[in-house]
Amino acid sequence: MSMKKDYEDIPGTFVFDADRSREGYHLNQFCISLRLQKNRDAFNANEEAYLDKYPMKPEQRDAVLKRDWNRLLELGGNIYYTSKLAANDGINFQNLAGLMTGMGVDAYRDMMLNGGRKVDGNRFKKEWGEE
Amino acid sequence: MARITAGVGVSHVPAIGVAMDTKITDQPYWQPVFKGFEKSREWMKEKKPDVIFLVYNDHCTAFDASCIPTFALGCAAEFQPADEGWGPRPVPVVKNHQKLASHIAQSLILDEFDITIMNEMEVDHGLTVPLSVMYGDMTPEDEWPALVIPLAVNVVQYPAPTGNRCFNLGKAIRKAVESFDEDLNVVIFGTGGMSHQLQYKRAGLINAEWDKRFLDLLTEDPVFASKIPHVEYLREAGSEGVEMVMWHVMRGALDEEVVEVHRHYHVPASNTAVGHIILENKAA
Repeated sequence: MSMKKDYEDIPGTFVFDADRSREGYHLNQFCISLRLQKNRDAFNANEEAYLDKYPMKPEQRDAVLKRDWNRLLELGGNIYYTSKLAANDGINFQNLAGLMTGMGVDAYRDMMLNGGRKVDGNRFKKEWGEE
Repeated sequence: MARITAGVGVSHVPAIGVAMDTKITDQPYWQPVFKGFEKSREWMKEKKPDVIFLVYNDHCTAFDASCIPTFALGCAAEFQPADEGWGPRPVPVVKNHQKLASHIAQSLILDEFDITIMNEMEVDHGLTVPLSVMYGDMTPEDEWPALVIPLAVNVVQYPAPTGNRCFNLGKAIRKAVESFDEDLNVVIFGTGGMSHQLQYKRAGLINAEWDKRFLDLLTEDPVFASKIPHVEYLREAGSEGVEMVMWHVMRGALDEEVVEVHRHYHVPASNTAVGHIILENKAA
């Protein structure tokens, strides 16, 4: 019997559980390698060659090269890992959120200054018209 | 005998550390965040803990996906501030009370909390930001005024330990501290939170009402608070809001009845609601 996932009906959210962790393992291990300056230097010198060291799926590799931040999460990436790739590109957590929400950096910052995203209407997928 | 006299709950938002490190804390954006820690810094000077037992989570810094301990206790002599991708924070090296840490490790394991022992570990903003907000500006040449025992809790990969498990671990930590012979004043920190979601399309979620209820419950009905299920944190307080389970370790280590001596709440710091509370044991 598998464990029931009572968190899968939250909209716009990936809960990083064991299934996602397995799927994203090599992608996330690549991302965290960028924590260290010597690895950032090597990656920035030749992204393709650096990525060859990590046996991730072609679509994960493509999402890294394209900096498709949401796709990285859809393919098993976790935000604490993908944020290392963003940091390498000079993007901080707040600006990364601005990109992932599709709002853009300025509108996102304004929303946060006005108290953030409200929880009402954002609890369940059905409230977003999703299954 | 060593005693836990008080508990501190505090967010550990990385941008708060950056604001301190780049000296922009008096900017209008940051001023209200730091205003709420003025009283806390005075309190720390009066309280003068010998040791801080600091419960935090590592953000894929010391631990990558290859090894995910649920509870990891720092037993090394010292802990260097880590490079998290933008260079190490310019703050002092964190020094341990190694004998007390090892004593706690032994006591916890015999008490059936099978923790991981870390004899080498770097520490990230999860640990250093709480020290910075509570002590104020420090340079790498300074020394933190207290020794620090780090306890890293996994909240990155689901599931984090339950609130109930954290609360009971707090009780076991108290028992361990109280069975250590040296006369030490220990303050326990629970860090992380409050409501925030850093990822995907729902990023930016803040739930001030829920956060304030959590703070109320923490003071007044901690056992009830420790039973909050994970899905409630995830749904109501954002996917990264589940960090708040770590506050239950702090609360479990205190008396059933406590005095709330300070509270601070502000939105936003970057993506996050900043929450802070100081609780003292009545007998302290």
